[in-house]
Amino acid sequence: MVWSGCNASSKSVKAAGSTMPDKERKAAPEFELKDADGKTVRLSDYKGKVVLLDFWATWCGPCKIEIPWFIQFERQYKDHGFAVIGVSMDEEGWTVVKPFVSELAINYRILQGNDSTAQLYGGVDALPTTFLIDRDGRIAATHVGLAGKDAIEDGIKRLVSRPSAGLTGRFVPAILFGAN
Amino acid sequence: MVVKPGAGVAVKTSVLLKSGYHVNSNTPSEKYLIPLRLTWEPGLLETVEVVFPKPHMEKYEFSPNPLSVFTGDFELVTKFKVAANASTGPGMALGKLRYQACNNNSCLPPKTLEIRLPLVVQ
Repeated sequence: MVWSGCNASSKSVKAAGSTMPDKERKAAPEFELKDADGKTVRLSDYKGKVVLLDFWATWCGPCKIEIPWFIQFERQYKDHGFAVIGVSMDEEGWTVVKPFVSELAINYRILQGNDSTAQLYGGVDALPTTFLIDRDGRIAATHVGLAGKDAIEDGIKRLVSRPSAGLTGRFVPAILFGAN
Repeated sequence: MVVKPGAGVAVKTSVLLKSGYHVNSNTPSEKYLIPLRLTWEPGLLETVEVVFPKPHMEKYEFSPNPLSVFTGDFELVTKFKVAANASTGPGMALGKLRYQACNNNSCLPPKTLEIRLPLVVQ
């Protein structure tokens, strides 16, 4: 007889009601990933914007609930200096992601993620994990697991309504976090 | 486990899931879900059949329809036939359990567990 254990674990949900106070926010790690066209995309490309950074996968049911919300947020707030970035953690890559993006008519940018990028953001053990990044490149809210739509949208509204504080050192290079 | 050349043998694999989590069954109800799979490398033992328990249909917050899942502790039974020309002595069967677990509001990445089944051919 063989005993096999599935040692599943998950972080507790740290869904902020909306956003953290300014002084508690930390810089969002810079990353460099490819989009569906093979174009390199960096977080720093979104300098000055509020960014909803969503780590997700096609096999993740809770992610499928949130994606239509994010489509709506992209449409509703893009003219207010807001953008959604979806980072797919599918091992099979674009083969499975592209049809999924078409099927759900995703209107925001999707990038192919990897473990090193996930590590920069604390490991991203559970999906979905969503970060709200303010105009100064700092993480203002983290939602692990299926979050409430209203809580996310409230955070977006708060962040887009505020101009950049003009902080320097917006994006912290990955090397400072010990990434390879 | 002691086996004889040409004989049939059944092996139970016990799976213990953490409370609150489920894995998709071997026959998921949605095409996007990753099924539970137990496979064995060809060798001393030839896999005849892997028998899964009857899945539960469970409703979760993230799915409009009930999903075909396994929860709690359950067993998979693999029916093998020992190779007729198997040499006597110790051996090992190698299996892989592929699963993907979720709770009610988040999912963990798919994992593959390696299973090593020591056996002796007599």
